[in-house]
Amino acid sequence: MTDARNLPSRDLSEKRLKQRHAAEARFKLYGQLAIVIALGFLVVLLARVVQQGYTVFWTHSITTSVYLDPARIDRADLEGNNFDYLAAQNLLKRLKVQDDALGLASGEAMDLVSRDLGYRILGAIKDDPKVIGTTLTFTVPVKANADLYYKGEIERSTPETDRKLSNRQLDWLDRLEAEGLVRSHFNSDFFTNSDSTEPEQAGVLGAVVGSALMLLVAAFIAVPVGVLAAVWLEEFAPRGRLSGFIEVNINNLAAVPSIVYGLLGLVLFINWLGFPRSAPLTGGLVLALMSLPTIIIATRAALKAVPPSIREAALGMGASRTQTVFHHVLPQAAPGVMTGIILSLAHALGETAPLLMIGMVAFTPGLPESLASAASVLPVQVFIWENAAEAAFHERTAGAIIVLLVFMILMNATAVILRRRFEKRW
Amino acid sequence: MAAEGNPLPHDTQLRPPAVAAHTPVANAGVKIHCQGVSAFYGDKQALHDISIDIPDRAVTAFIGPSGCGKSTFLRCINRMNDTIPGARVTGRIEIDGEDVNARSVDPVVLRSRVGMVFQKPNPFPKSIFENVAYGPRIHGLANGKAELEAIVEASLKKAGLWDEVSDRLHQSGSSLSGGQQQRLVIARAIAVQPRVILMDEPCSALDPIATARIEELIDELRRQYCIVIVTHSMAQAARVSQRTAFFHLGQLVEQGSTEDIFTNPREKRTQDYITGRFG
Ligand SMILES: Nc1ncnc2c1ncn2[C@@H]1O[C@H](COP(=O)(O)OP(=O)(O)OP(=O)(O)O)[C@@H](O)[C@H]1O
Ligand SMILES: [Mg+2]
Repeated sequence: MTDARNLPSRDLSEKRLKQRHAAEARFKLYGQLAIVIALGFLVVLLARVVQQGYTVFWTHSITTSVYLDPARIDRADLEGNNFDYLAAQNLLKRLKVQDDALGLASGEAMDLVSRDLGYRILGAIKDDPKVIGTTLTFTVPVKANADLYYKGEIERSTPETDRKLSNRQLDWLDRLEAEGLVRSHFNSDFFTNSDSTEPEQAGVLGAVVGSALMLLVAAFIAVPVGVLAAVWLEEFAPRGRLSGFIEVNINNLAAVPSIVYGLLGLVLFINWLGFPRSAPLTGGLVLALMSLPTIIIATRAALKAVPPSIREAALGMGASRTQTVFHHVLPQAAPGVMTGIILSLAHALGETAPLLMIGMVAFTPGLPESLASAASVLPVQVFIWENAAEAAFHERTAGAIIVLLVFMILMNATAVILRRRFEKRW
Repeated sequence: MAAEGNPLPHDTQLRPPAVAAHTPVANAGVKIHCQGVSAFYGDKQALHDISIDIPDRAVTAFIGPSGCGKSTFLRCINRMNDTIPGARVTGRIEIDGEDVNARSVDPVVLRSRVGMVFQKPNPFPKSIFENVAYGPRIHGLANGKAELEAIVEASLKKAGLWDEVSDRLHQSGSSLSGGQQQRLVIARAIAVQPRVILMDEPCSALDPIATARIEELIDELRRQYCIVIVTHSMAQAARVSQRTAFFHLGQLVEQGSTEDIFTNPREKRTQDYITGRFG
């Protein structure tokens, strides 16, 4: 081929070599460019989310003393007392502000402290009625708008009419802070509370628990069914027109938009079978349906990648086909199967559209009591908060997204760890 | 022109326990009796009407050019062809007078009696111990751990691997060298105490030293087992086998004592192949 005496052909081959090198360099460049672009998008996304959401992880609390004036507490109807108002008056007194006849100042002061305070006072009195007549001290979150002011997101420079807080309220907040009554700290409420109408009390715990329950249901159904279906199709099914037909349809199902699965779930589970709306059980079933094709495809690919020599060896030893599959082929395919399962479940975790179809948008304070009771899930919680009117919820949206991403990163990390463990090369 | 019409070659004295190869079925010395075996992959016929008697306690070598159906025939004997979609075998194969294709025969049991060593060493991706213990375990040959360990040790010793691996039984089977792996799969095959061992080019991937060890091993095993070996090496066939069968294009051209085949072949094709004029 490379004849040294034959100059033209040698030139040609040298030229070709140069072209090949150039092509290689070009291809490498395209590859690097693609990586840079992908990483760029990722960085922008993460930076945006973190920049918007990191503030949710710290918050401000106020420590306030309340004199439980016996003259102003109706013992016969404890629930009917407006303790928040009482506390607000105490706060004003502390600030040495004279309330007006209409009590407008107290009303404005009430808007600075979480409504949690009223419930805490009520609770304290219910626990021990003797506290009436004494002065109690409580530490409670400030109201979301006050929190936003302390975080610098509501600014004094904005005209008063465009602001959620009046000049007067800002003055009070400044003075409270100056007097050391306000403390900034890690926002553990965000992780231990569920959704609430009050932004400063809204947390992700309910959604995290809902998501976890739903994922458990989905995994419990989709993993065994998907893996066994794949094993049967790959190892036992006779190759024929029927198995070809099934294969094509599974591939098609994997491409069906998730909202269609939501519709299917609505019709099948809720309308026909009478499953509860908005419940982790129903959501899990829908997600199981949705993940099945992906799990089947991933498992089949992993089974296909097991060298046939292992099957031959086992069969040659007199292992039955079932023994061959379960003793040798499946363990060998396990890392691939596991990765497929976790990736498909992680995908399901972030799914929103099909859950909206089965009514998971309901406002659900508190933790789900059972698989069949109403629950919220993370992606839907993000959706709900993003649509909320109050600005304080938007901070929570980004916070919930961060929690969702961390959840997913944990799942994917588990996938990697499992893979490493099972891939222990023999 | 297959073996069908061929009278079996003139009586031959085999070095090990004498076998009168031409005597038909039910002879004490015949282990595997094949009559009119044909094999098909879909519409394609890979074996044409093979008839051969394979003696016990001896090594029979199958030689022939690539693609002539040696492996296919080997796989007929332990019904490994059953596992290939579209493969079909006709004719009669008997081991100890029992039809292997009979409905009453469970291929799983058959394969525990007829061990197979594949062309490429294929240890399970498990420990050395587990590789050898697998067969006895699934066939319930050992009562308890001690017995299982005894079987593993005996098999590894028989395969001449014990000394090299006794201190690392729980390491991976695939961490062994190619030759060691081949001996490991032989140990695995004999751990279930088969009656027949089929070896498909067991030395094709090995260096001369490893090959010599395997050949020694085969010679050792021949005292207890009926061994069939497929090989592309004429020298190997001459060294290890007592009987040789030459296949060509799916037909059994000639069979007889190894000495006769190599020194005095009756068919021109055999002569040509042995002397390397085609292949
Ligand atoms: N799984 C299969 N499907 C279809 N045809 C096959 C299959 N296995 C073997 N064959 C065909 O059957 C014929 C015999 O193959 P076989 O493997 O028995 O040859 P061989 O003598 O063992 O060759 P080699 O010495 O190269 O291993 C060949 O023509 C081959 O193409
Ligand atoms: Mg072969």
